[in-house]
Amino acid sequence: MILDAKIPSGPLAEKWDKHRFETRLVNPANKRKFTIIVVGTGLAGASASATLAELGYHVKTFTIHDSPRRAHSIAAQGGINAAKNYQNDGDSIFRLFYDTIKGGDFRSREANVYRLAQISNSIIDQCVAQGIPFAREYGGTLANRSFGGAQVSRTFYARGQTGQQLLLGAYSALMRQVKMRKVEILPRREMLDLIVIDGRARGIVVRDMRSGRISSHVADGVVLATGGYGNVYFLSTNAMNSNVTAAWRACKQGAFFANPCFVQIHPTCIPVHGDYQSKLTLMSESLRNDGRVWVPKKVGDDRDPDRIPEEERDYYLEKKYPSFGNLVPRDVASRNAKEQCDQEKGVGQTGRAVYLDFAEAIERDGLEMILKKYGNLFQMYEKITASDPRREPMMIYPAVHYTMGGLWVDYNLMSTIPGLFVLGEANFSDHGANRLGASALMQGLADGYFVLPATICGYLAETKLAPVKSDHVVCEKGEKQAADKISSLLNCSGKRTVDDFHKELGRLLWDYCGMARNRNGLETALAKIPEIREEFRHNVLVPGKNESLNQSLERAGRLEDYLEFAEMMVVDALQRRESCGCHLREESQTAEGEARRDDENYAYVAAWEFAGDGKSPKLHRENLVFENVTLSQRSYK
Amino acid sequence: MSNDKIGLTLKIWRQPCSHSKGKFETFHVNNISSDMSFLEMLDVLNEHLTLGGKQPVAFDHDCREGICGMCGAVVNGQAHGPEKGTTLCQLHMRHFRNGDTLVIEPFRARAFKVERDLVVNRSPLDKIIQAGGYVSVNTGGAPDGNGVPVAQDTAEQAMDAAACIGCGACVAACPNGSAMLFVGAKVSQLVLLPQGYPERAGRALNMVAEMDELGFGNCGNERECEAVCPKSISIRNIARLNREFFKAALFG
Ligand SMILES: Cc1cc2nc3c(=O)[nH]c(=O)nc-3n(C[C@H](O)[C@H](O)[C@H](O)COP(=O)(O)OP(=O)(O)OC[C@H]3O[C@@H](n4cnc5c(N)ncnc54)[C@H](O)[C@@H]3O)c2cc1C
Ligand code: FES
Repeated sequence: MILDAKIPSGPLAEKWDKHRFETRLVNPANKRKFTIIVVGTGLAGASASATLAELGYHVKTFTIHDSPRRAHSIAAQGGINAAKNYQNDGDSIFRLFYDTIKGGDFRSREANVYRLAQISNSIIDQCVAQGIPFAREYGGTLANRSFGGAQVSRTFYARGQTGQQLLLGAYSALMRQVKMRKVEILPRREMLDLIVIDGRARGIVVRDMRSGRISSHVADGVVLATGGYGNVYFLSTNAMNSNVTAAWRACKQGAFFANPCFVQIHPTCIPVHGDYQSKLTLMSESLRNDGRVWVPKKVGDDRDPDRIPEEERDYYLEKKYPSFGNLVPRDVASRNAKEQCDQEKGVGQTGRAVYLDFAEAIERDGLEMILKKYGNLFQMYEKITASDPRREPMMIYPAVHYTMGGLWVDYNLMSTIPGLFVLGEANFSDHGANRLGASALMQGLADGYFVLPATICGYLAETKLAPVKSDHVVCEKGEKQAADKISSLLNCSGKRTVDDFHKELGRLLWDYCGMARNRNGLETALAKIPEIREEFRHNVLVPGKNESLNQSLERAGRLEDYLEFAEMMVVDALQRRESCGCHLREESQTAEGEARRDDENYAYVAAWEFAGDGKSPKLHRENLVFENVTLSQRSYK
Repeated sequence: MSNDKIGLTLKIWRQPCSHSKGKFETFHVNNISSDMSFLEMLDVLNEHLTLGGKQPVAFDHDCREGICGMCGAVVNGQAHGPEKGTTLCQLHMRHFRNGDTLVIEPFRARAFKVERDLVVNRSPLDKIIQAGGYVSVNTGGAPDGNGVPVAQDTAEQAMDAAACIGCGACVAACPNGSAMLFVGAKVSQLVLLPQGYPERAGRALNMVAEMDELGFGNCGNERECEAVCPKSISIRNIARLNREFFKAALFG
């Protein structure tokens, strides 16, 4: 199969306009005859559901949460980018496009990213109109900040709760449509399979998480907006219920999975402090603007930080990267922290942490100034760790944060299964091998408010769909398979808990398929994953029954999918023998030990086709063509 | 991080489903690290229960960062436990002492049904939002973001109200099971901003009517809601709601 990204012809800046003009429309009076299923109510799913309903489609929206407002998007802190150039500091659509492509280390599509930058401005307008309380200047105009090392101030924010406010905006638009009976909302429903009839996505199989009832829902199109898969590592900054289940089941039905090994690891998180740890908390990256990163020079030096004199401290980022210092990009900061800890120079109880020290900044700017900038972050840190960053340096360590990989989609956001559209973090489309700060919120809302509503009508207008009912044989088969999977989990009565297995998988991936990878390690992981999976199937202990709220069962089902998916991730990492974006492939380094990208051999999207249980997935390449930017190597020296 | 270990007695509400009867069950946990969060303590308990062939305690949670509003339980009579301005997931075990007994119950209110153990159904809060907690704009055609200036302190006040995470602690803490703080927060956010202004009258009336309809009680000025709110949302928002409501009722 040749992957056709359906990128419109013509100049970059005109593609989206031209494409919208060439896309067939659905007659307004006919729209209500089409039912569209949306799975997920994060930024992408909520915005898509609301907008499709406003346009007149009949929408059925599913979420695993008790309310659509709980989606993981709610936790985003920093902000959302747009090319408004309100600050008059030289920003433009092209600059946002260029920064995003370059930030993604040239592993994303020009056309998609350009469209994203174009749409970014309408997102801000829309959100303001919804009554989102963005931060303002004294004069009443919108405030911006510079984020994640950007040279311009293009990030819009609502305190440290931007994700919450944007999600509540999309949620309220959705609630308005629910009230108007345009959207039927089905909470606490978990999608367990995709229904594919005559080669097209026609519905989903879901489990009601309160009663255990499994049922099918059919539609004319299915939209997945089910988020990222960072929790495959067990510990991550993602919400606990984030999962790969919906995407993975779609993959098993024929949707290709693109670049699964592209995972972003965020450098400034609160370190792990014990085996019981359930998730990791992100501390805003802005802290690195004033904090200095260091470790003791001596291996195993366990003195308190204030007893380690200046000359015995190693400010390793400042030393190694004199021009960027503590502000090197996320991947470089993360990798170097891990390197120091691997050399046993890490600090804290576990030795898996480095210091982020504000002493000098406080001395220079005064405590008041520093608290004005970071007061809430200092408080949050103190609440969790009981240590006061005004007096002692913070301890930080990298954590899994965002997954750039996801289901492969074309320019219309349609997967390789016709009728299946994928939005937000669940697709792979815009961030290449690394995502810039404040760009995920932008992408989720661009997909949901503007892109999908414009592209799905083309599919619906051009496709003749036979009517199907939810008692179709394919639905029945899907329901039975889902029920069988559940019974085998419940009947296993093994000796190890779900979390115990999940932690084992997570540690394995973190060690061998984390920020630095090499062939040996990846092969070790590849050999080990099927062993864990086998043991899981024979030795997992899932208490309770299907017919009631059973959180252990929910977790077990998700882990089973992670155990299958993890293998695809590692296979993908193995084939990509270049360092790129967020990860260092140890075999591909420059003489100075920095990441070396290999454009000649790897300037492609790796899209994987599921080939059957226990079989190695099949690779399809989408070659990336760059006509508007020149590929450059990153350098931070 | 101090990392002391403590032991606790837990009396936890157990209820298999919404239509069965519930009762307290007592557990003992040891070796609880003071750096653990309250939910991690429950995770530890649940691992023990599972391995011992018992049913783990069901509790809702997701972000574990105090923002999704999914977690929540009443601990020794206080919604979200003893720390002010803190959700249950952000409450750490260092605030308890070795040997303490903790009584842990679901958020109870006439409008919230217990689904299982500590899990309750808070979807009535969604219904209240459906009654008017939005600005009626469709996607597309919005004016430029800077088209309408908003004074900085107005935006800040709107943000103070908008910080509500919809956890329902205010309802659980209120002797009347009222959702006035929740409604007041949303009405305030939208009335403070010019974008929400045009629909102010209908919004206040409809949201309050829906709240009554769903079985939430009335505000008796007990201020318990403000005391337990993990986002410290002020009851001034209730006063603002009352003003909006009466203005709308009198003048339409
Ligand atoms: C701590 C943190 C801070 C962040 N800060 C920023 C930031 O400042 N700026 C930025 O741009 N990005 C940020 N991000 C990234 C960003 O928040 C996410 O990438 C984005 O919100 C994802 O949105 P989404 O709509 O794709 O998915 P999600 O918000 O993850 O929503 C997924 C939805 O799918 C549903 N779902 C999942 N599985 C199933 C299933 N099987 N069946 C039914 N429903 C299902 C869930 O219920 C949920 O409604 C941050 C991320 C984290 C973790
Ligand atoms: S789990 Fe999200 S607020 Fe506590």
